[in-house]
Amino acid sequence: MFKRVLVANRGEIALRVVRACRELGIESIAVYSEADVDSMHVQLADEAVCIGPGPSKKSYLMPDRIIAAAEITGAEAIHPGYGFLSENARFAKICAASGFTFIGPSAEIIAMMGDKATARATAIAHGVPVTPGSPIMRDPETALAAAKQIGFPIMIKATAGGGGRGMRPCFNEADFINLFYAASNEALVAFGNGECYLEKLVINPHHVEFQVFGDAHGNFVHLWERDCSMQRRNQKIIEECPSPLVTPELRARMGDASVQLIRAINYQNAGTIEYLVDSTTQEFYFMEMNTRIQVEHPITEEVMGCELIKEQISVAAGKPLSHHVYKSSPRGHAIECRITAEDPYNNFTPSPGTIDLWYAPGGKGVRVDTHVYSGYTVPPYYDSLIAKLIVTGSTREIAVARMKRALGEFMIRGIKTTIPFQQEIIAHPDFAAGTYDIGWVARFIEERKI
Amino acid sequence: MDIKDIRNIVELMNEHGLTLLDLSHKDFHIKLKKGPDLDDLRSLMACMPATVAAPVAAPLPSTGAPDGVPAVPSAPAAPVGTEITSPMVGTFYSKTSPDAPALVNVGDAISVGQTLCIIEAMKVMNEIKAECSGILSAVVAEDGAPVQFGDVLFRVK
Repeated sequence: MFKRVLVANRGEIALRVVRACRELGIESIAVYSEADVDSMHVQLADEAVCIGPGPSKKSYLMPDRIIAAAEITGAEAIHPGYGFLSENARFAKICAASGFTFIGPSAEIIAMMGDKATARATAIAHGVPVTPGSPIMRDPETALAAAKQIGFPIMIKATAGGGGRGMRPCFNEADFINLFYAASNEALVAFGNGECYLEKLVINPHHVEFQVFGDAHGNFVHLWERDCSMQRRNQKIIEECPSPLVTPELRARMGDASVQLIRAINYQNAGTIEYLVDSTTQEFYFMEMNTRIQVEHPITEEVMGCELIKEQISVAAGKPLSHHVYKSSPRGHAIECRITAEDPYNNFTPSPGTIDLWYAPGGKGVRVDTHVYSGYTVPPYYDSLIAKLIVTGSTREIAVARMKRALGEFMIRGIKTTIPFQQEIIAHPDFAAGTYDIGWVARFIEERKI
Repeated sequence: MDIKDIRNIVELMNEHGLTLLDLSHKDFHIKLKKGPDLDDLRSLMACMPATVAAPVAAPLPSTGAPDGVPAVPSAPAAPVGTEITSPMVGTFYSKTSPDAPALVNVGDAISVGQTLCIIEAMKVMNEIKAECSGILSAVVAEDGAPVQFGDVLFRVK
């Protein structure tokens, strides 16, 4: 097992890794920018090295400074967290070349699954469903035949299209030929190229992702799913485990596909496979794979009873999957709210500044992952996540009631946060019913404007 | 003036919502104040030790004995001149190789572009060049010691 691990990140995830190291008896080394000198992870790590000024480009995104920090502190391994350099294949390569263990999959795997086209091709090659589509269609009749094969509804897309131009959703055979001409002509006029292809249109899809884990001893597992459909502009706001949408049968199909994929590519360490699910047909489609730990990993930890960060470290050190990961037993329901320093009633404008009062909720089944404390100043240089509020209950109803209670207790004075907005969502009947898709938040915001 | 007069004055003050009455007469002077005495409070605050509001970096002033000898003999003298700080993370070397002489010494005149030291990182020896000119007044970093971004390496007058 490693004696010293460097945490190449900041904020709540850096603190998360420092805590995991401490519990494992590993010395942690924090790297920080000048703007983060007062951050909690810097205070709690065993050692800390300043690597640059505030802006990420001059600090957290500088591989050579991070490696140099590892050199002068005698680190053996580097945990990249999420974001920053965590999915940077070049950084993973430099780590290895410099003699440090990168806590994650190999540079080759990161490169393969990081490229959307290659990832999609890899998924197809290993039997994972992807959004069905077609190549360029020469004429409307050929296209119609292909459309029937793919299945309606279909999105007719001009290959040269952009900005929403040259796209036509088609819901039935009867309208197809006309819509095909419409899309094609629009693109021809706007872009000089009317060639079109087809893609299956998933109406109001759900974002369901699977936590996966592989080790160097041939063990590959999935740790169930997380539903992350509650998104605003593709940013997740609320996540839950398990998904209210996923039946045991669907879970088995998606889980098998996920394990099949990571086994085929010999994926090591933690990863997440993101899918779109069509609730009407119970079909699922591969979207992309994230070759790192996710922000929302705590809800999986709470329900599956596993320790994901520690597992990342121990697998990187060469150990096989721990028993509690390999044979996890799910229990209960967990929900997470990402608390960000944004004003939800002013177009989510960022709200950096000093928090003069911080009181986080507690009590049964409440977990708060945060680097923030009373008197802390949220710097303007980084993403606005200041805390993750995770609640767990033995049933989904209890978890929802607990989240309502916990959000109501959370006091953050000095900056604006998304808490009141999340309170509205949690209180909404659609959330209680578990019937929300990727478009829900956008529609909710639109309705409130009227 | 007797107690009855004073009581009358107090009642008058209450009636008219007064908080301060300062009356000087050739025979007497009376001052009646309602509530906390802010002037006294202010002078009390002035006597209290100042709280350290500045960030951690600022050193506390040494409380010297009357003859001027600093209380902590090993405390560094107040820094003089421009600080040259490390632009990177690595290991500081004052010379290009173990047998070579130091690149610069205290008292040397240095000019813009002159190599002052080496910082090693990722097996690369990086030459750190002066961005100002002047007389080197202090070598702060230790030969062979690790440095982080922003650490003071030298001082130049």
